[in-house]
Amino acid sequence: MKYGLFGFLFGMWILIIIGGGIMVGLLGPFSLQPFGDFHWIITSGIKAVIAITLVIIWILILSKLKNWIFKKDILS
Amino acid sequence: MIELLILGIISCICAFFVVFFITPPLINFLEKNNFTVKDVNKKENVMVARPGGISIILGILISEFILYAFLQLNEILAIIITTFGAFLIGYIDDRKIMGGWFKPVTLAIASLPIIFLGAYDSNLTFPLFGDVQIPLLYIGLIIVMIPITGNTINSIDVLNGVASGFMIIASLTLSICLFILQNYEIAIVSLPLVFVSLAFYKFHKIPSKIFPGDSGALTFGAMYGVIAIVGGVEIIAAIALLPAVINSFLFLSSVKQVVEHRQIKAKPVEHTSDFKLKSTNDKTAPITLVRLILAGGPLSEKQIVFVIFKLTIFSGILAIITAFMMGVSI
Repeated sequence: MKYGLFGFLFGMWILIIIGGGIMVGLLGPFSLQPFGDFHWIITSGIKAVIAITLVIIWILILSKLKNWIFKKDILS
Repeated sequence: MIELLILGIISCICAFFVVFFITPPLINFLEKNNFTVKDVNKKENVMVARPGGISIILGILISEFILYAFLQLNEILAIIITTFGAFLIGYIDDRKIMGGWFKPVTLAIASLPIIFLGAYDSNLTFPLFGDVQIPLLYIGLIIVMIPITGNTINSIDVLNGVASGFMIIASLTLSICLFILQNYEIAIVSLPLVFVSLAFYKFHKIPSKIFPGDSGALTFGAMYGVIAIVGGVEIIAAIALLPAVINSFLFLSSVKQVVEHRQIKAKPVEHTSDFKLKSTNDKTAPITLVRLILAGGPLSEKQIVFVIFKLTIFSGILAIITAFMMGVSI
C-alpha cells in the first residue's frame, strides 16, 4: 500500500507536468483580435473555460488512476 | 543581500521563540478554562488543550511585521491580512460549530486583500513549458486557492503532530524552491512559517499537549497559499502539498459532496484492542489517506504519522526537482 501511495504521488506529479504543457500549448498562443477593445475579456473568458475543462479532465484521469492503483484496497 | 539575510534570521528567531515561549502559558490557560478536547486516539481519557492557533498567529504576525518594517512590500501586507483573516475564521469555527459552507466562503473573502493590494502576477508558470497569461482566470484562482490550501491542511490535521510536521516539510520545501528561483525577498518572507511550525511541533508532536484547532490549521494553510501566490510558485506549492491534496481528493471523491468531517457518521478508521489504528470495514465510510495507509494492516499513531511525513518528503523532493525544471524550457 505504502508503495502504491508513492506511485500515486508520482503519477499526480507527471499529470501536473503534462497538464502544464497542454495548458501552455493551448492557452499561450490563444488570442482573439476582431472584438476591438473587449478582445482581452473575451479571450480571458475562453481561456478560463478551456482551463476549467482541462482541470476537469485532469481530475477524471486522476480518479481512474486512483481506482487502478488502489482497486484492491478500496474494495476491501 | 547580507542585510536581507540578517533580517531573515532575526524574523525566524522571533517566529520560533514567540511560539516556543507563548505556547506553554497558552496550554495552562486553555486547560484552566476547560478549553480542551478528548484525544480520541489515546487509550486513556486524555484531554488536550485547543486551539493553539493563538500562539501560531502571534509568531507569524510579529515576524512578518518585523519584515514589513524593513522591506515595505505589499506582498507582506497581503500575507499578514489574509493569514489573520484565516485565523479569525478558524477561531470562530473552534468556538462555534459552523456549516460546511462557512470556511470556503469566508476564506475566499479573506483572499481578497491579495487582489486589492496587487500582490500577484497573473502569469502562471509551468515547468519545462514556460508561462501562460490568464488575467481574469488568475483572480478566480486566487479566490479558490486560499480556501483550498486552508481546508487541505485542516483536513490532514487528524493525528498528533501531523499538521505542524507536515507544514515544516512543505513550507521548508517552498522556501528552498523560492531560493532556487532566486526570488530572495519572498523566500525570506516565507521562512517564518517554517520556524513557527517547528516551534509548534514541539508541543503538537505525539503525545500532543495542544492541538492547533481550525484556527491553527487554517492559519498554516492560508499563509502557505498566499506565499505560493505572491511568490509565483503556485504549481510548486501544489506539488509540495500533494499528500494533503490526495487526502482531500480521496475524501471528496468518496463522499461526493463538500461536507464537514464532523458531519460524516461512519469513521474511516477504528481501534484495535491494543489501541492501534485499523481501516474500517464499513463500506459507507469515506476513504482518506490514513485509511489507505492502514489498508496493509493496523499501525500505531506514531507509525502512521511517519508514513505521512515520508510521503511529504517525497513530494517535497518532487517540488524541488520541479523548481529546477522551471529554469529549463523545451
